[in-house]
Amino acid sequence: MGPVGRKLWLIVLIKLFIMFAILWLFFFPDIMQERFSTDSERSEHIINEITKP
Amino acid sequence: MEEALVDWSRAQFALTVIYHWLFVPLTLGLSFIMAIMESIYVKTGSLKWKKTTQFWMTLFGINFAIGVATGIILEFEFGTNWSNYSWFVGDIFGAPLAIEGIMAFFLESAFLAVMFFGWEKVSRKFHLTATWLVALGSNLSALWILVANGWMQNPVGMHFNPETARNEMLNFWDVLLNPVAVDKFLHTISSGYVIGSLFVVGISSWYILKNRHIAFARRSMLIGAVFGIVASFFIVLTGDSSGHHMAKTQPMKLAAMEGLYEGDEGANLVAFGVLNPQKEVDNDADAFYFRISIPRLLSLLAERDMDAFVPGMEDLVYGNSKYNIPSAETKMKRGSLALQSLKSFTREKKAGNDTLAEAHLKTFRENYEVMGYGYFEDPKETIPPVGLTFYSFHFMVMLGFLFVLLFVLVIWSNMNETIEKKRYLLRAAVWAIPLGYIASILGWVVSEVGRQPWTIQDLLPVGVSTSHLDVSNVQTTFWIFAVLFTILLIAEISILTRQIKIGPK
Repeated sequence: MGPVGRKLWLIVLIKLFIMFAILWLFFFPDIMQERFSTDSERSEHIINEITKP
Repeated sequence: MEEALVDWSRAQFALTVIYHWLFVPLTLGLSFIMAIMESIYVKTGSLKWKKTTQFWMTLFGINFAIGVATGIILEFEFGTNWSNYSWFVGDIFGAPLAIEGIMAFFLESAFLAVMFFGWEKVSRKFHLTATWLVALGSNLSALWILVANGWMQNPVGMHFNPETARNEMLNFWDVLLNPVAVDKFLHTISSGYVIGSLFVVGISSWYILKNRHIAFARRSMLIGAVFGIVASFFIVLTGDSSGHHMAKTQPMKLAAMEGLYEGDEGANLVAFGVLNPQKEVDNDADAFYFRISIPRLLSLLAERDMDAFVPGMEDLVYGNSKYNIPSAETKMKRGSLALQSLKSFTREKKAGNDTLAEAHLKTFRENYEVMGYGYFEDPKETIPPVGLTFYSFHFMVMLGFLFVLLFVLVIWSNMNETIEKKRYLLRAAVWAIPLGYIASILGWVVSEVGRQPWTIQDLLPVGVSTSHLDVSNVQTTFWIFAVLFTILLIAEISILTRQIKIGPK
């Protein structure tokens, strides 16, 4: 593998680390999974959200 | 929903999707150009075509490596910033995205390895097959995400389940073959092909300007320009088809693209114009300071009839009984009824009053198609930003025609051996690379700004789609993305530039 290839692999690995180990873990929780434990609670929440005046 | 939260969520999504889109079209276009070059190598056995293919493959690899997985951030945002929307769309969005992930992972990554590392390890024909499959795989990945986007512009093939608050897919083929999705896919990949062509023609022109690798550059630019002409032809065809379907599914977007306030029979197409920013649907100001129009062409493009009526923004906001166009206010009343009946259905269902619940459900079903209008207080809220939509559309089209002219001149000059003397043309070709990206992003601005205020056409406005989050959280991630993507873009440009300066072996 040439120097360009090594550099690209390094960029890919750093990028994936930032995306999954930092951003996804600390900044992007799945709101519906985190705030509600069952699908019926999630459905009820969305019905309330979309029907409130 | 808090206005600042909606605006920051919107800005964050726009930022990430625009940056993501800087990497994608070159992958779509350059992959086919490489496959064509390699086919010539396999057919002729000429090593110069092998070296040509390998050089462009290196640039493809740099773009692919830096751009790969930037789209996953959009999926993070769906779950965090757009959770209401994500739940509401249900499996309609999930199924195409899942197929996209599988396609991207298995087809692209498997054959990508053969393409990059298999030159001396597999037969020529097997390697060529891998290159073509990488091109097809990356384009098929684009298909699924554009099917999902097409569904948002024209929701079909689904059924809303009021008990789960989710849309459920009724017919996969209706979703896949949704005419808006088909147009969007073909138009978008064609724009990627044009960017790939501009990239090859522009870099080849730079080599000729520098008096380096002349034979390689002329060989490459001929393939790039011919591919660009063919792709431009498809862009025109698919753009025309998009306009025709838009007249039926998103007439407000079409009216905004053309700055058409009052509908007309035999409507003119504005070739270029300067909008009057004072013009609103409820005043008598002229819509334009200046315009050049092509008589009756808009009616022909929209309805395939030069005398057909094309509604303007005023017709769509206030209604037009002559042409049976309901007003936005009528739709707002129906939308409000849909929302009230959904609420009542939920209440009665919970209380065990099934007969009453059924009656509310019937009312809901009758009005669901315009449910989203029930969120608006003013009919004018249904109008997208006209200036941004109009100018983006017209600059995109103008740039598109300039690219066609460029490709024709490059082919002509290359064939009659005068290309090396035409320094102005070579310089224009180099500058056309960033212009290609600008044109492509303008196309997305037309598509996405032009459909405002909707996330899902007629069903869900942007304001209802966002999650309840602290605005500062969204601002923080906005700036993180701005920095991260800018670093990636700088890395891409600097590594590409260095590789281009080194040139083909």
